[in-house]
Amino acid sequence: MDGAVRELSYSQAIQEAMAIALENDPRVFVMGEDVGVYGGAFQVTGDLVERFGADRVIDMPISELGGAGVAVGAAVTGMRPIFEFQFSDFATLAMEQIVNQAAKMRFMLGGEVSVPVVMRFPAGSGTGAAAQHSQSLEAWLAHVPGLKVIQPATPYDAKGMLLAALEDPDPVMIFEHKLLYKMKGEVPAGHYTVEIGKAEVRKTGTDATIVATSIMVHKALDAAAALMEEGINVEVIDLRTIRPIDRETVINSVKKTSRLLCVYEAVKTLGIGAEISAMIAESDAFGYLDAPIMRLGGAESPIPYNPDLEKSAVPQVPDIIAGIRFLMQGKR
Amino acid sequence: MCFFGDGANNEGAFHESLNMAAIWKLPVVFVCENNGYGMSTSAARSTAVPDIATRAAAYAMPGVVVNGNDFSAVAEASTIAVERARNGEGPTLIENKTYRHRGHSKSDRNRYRTKEEIDEWKSLRDPIALFEAELRQFGIMDEAAIKDVVAAVEAEIAAGIAFAKDSPAPGTGEVLNYVYTESQ
Repeated sequence: MDGAVRELSYSQAIQEAMAIALENDPRVFVMGEDVGVYGGAFQVTGDLVERFGADRVIDMPISELGGAGVAVGAAVTGMRPIFEFQFSDFATLAMEQIVNQAAKMRFMLGGEVSVPVVMRFPAGSGTGAAAQHSQSLEAWLAHVPGLKVIQPATPYDAKGMLLAALEDPDPVMIFEHKLLYKMKGEVPAGHYTVEIGKAEVRKTGTDATIVATSIMVHKALDAAAALMEEGINVEVIDLRTIRPIDRETVINSVKKTSRLLCVYEAVKTLGIGAEISAMIAESDAFGYLDAPIMRLGGAESPIPYNPDLEKSAVPQVPDIIAGIRFLMQGKR
Repeated sequence: MCFFGDGANNEGAFHESLNMAAIWKLPVVFVCENNGYGMSTSAARSTAVPDIATRAAAYAMPGVVVNGNDFSAVAEASTIAVERARNGEGPTLIENKTYRHRGHSKSDRNRYRTKEEIDEWKSLRDPIALFEAELRQFGIMDEAAIKDVVAAVEAEIAAGIAFAKDSPAPGTGEVLNYVYTESQ
């Protein structure tokens, strides 16, 4: 790190990471829909095109499959592309390139190539963008060996993990919750990295563990603060990477607290919560449990447009508080 | 050089790629090997245009129909397209019309085409036989030299098969190799 710590928003932190990479590495370029003069649908690329030119901040046609193919091909042939999806939902249009090409090329060519592509996915609900622009599809991609999948929850991590992703020789998929873009936090100037595959304990506690991803980390911290008032001391783990999962941090925490609540915005069933729960059930932490494992996830429905329904479709702070109180029942 | 078949020409990726290559004037030669069938479905049944090369017009690039079983015709069309790409004039779509002598896979029973059609292509339009005739016609190689090349290629293939058969099978513990870069 070579700079002072400032307050930056999550989107500014991402933009700063991209600017540093564009400045330091001629192999880096940014590509996506409306990432140029428009500045990106969520203004994450901002003025990068003015600073680095249209050859390195490339507006592409509305062709997610073809564009992702360009990025994957560029990565294989020595570039370090940052490919921005306008909404993570549009990953559905590019799955061939992500799942069948990027994730498998190194394996199928016996290690002859690597695919150092970085893809950014604005994800999640809460913006009134309705069912086709609000999903959390990270578990889809986390199901694919060959990919790495990360969900930074803070501006500091958003910058450091993007820079780490660009140094990673394998494809890294970054899911950015759209409601986090305006969140501010301390971000050092200059280059630094945050290791992919390492969870972070955001709050230490003794009574129960909450494993949360992305925006749910902040909701979990709010819930933990409220629970503190009633004498329940919750540990909050920000998973940060969902492939590969940091088993050690989660298992050690559950051994300490004996209670586990998983909170994530994606649809509850067959998701990251199921994986974390099974991981605990299969580990030596299982014997330490004093309560059943609980999951809080998205409703079994598409994300609705109506604001009240939209809010009700994903876990909120009161749901987390209620969940922890339920897990603590046995102790009272 | 980007190779694909008549089957792939109906994929969205084909159209997205030609469009991007054209708007950015990329030095790409798109080479469609049209062998008449995407697995069992003939190009006539799957593709709205008789010549796939005409699809180039939609992306403002030259489209060339070539007798794909004629070595010289393929070489000539490729040379022109590569020159064009090198000169910064942008992409070209080449359609090499050819034929698939054998089935798509081992399970293919050839129920979608006639034996006569297969025999006709094999006996009259085999690209290797046509190329050998051309070599003799222009005095580039005589019969003995051609036989030497055939023998050398057959020996190379036999050596490849022998190498594969003689090589040890991978251990099951190697399954995670090359999934990620650090896993070796």
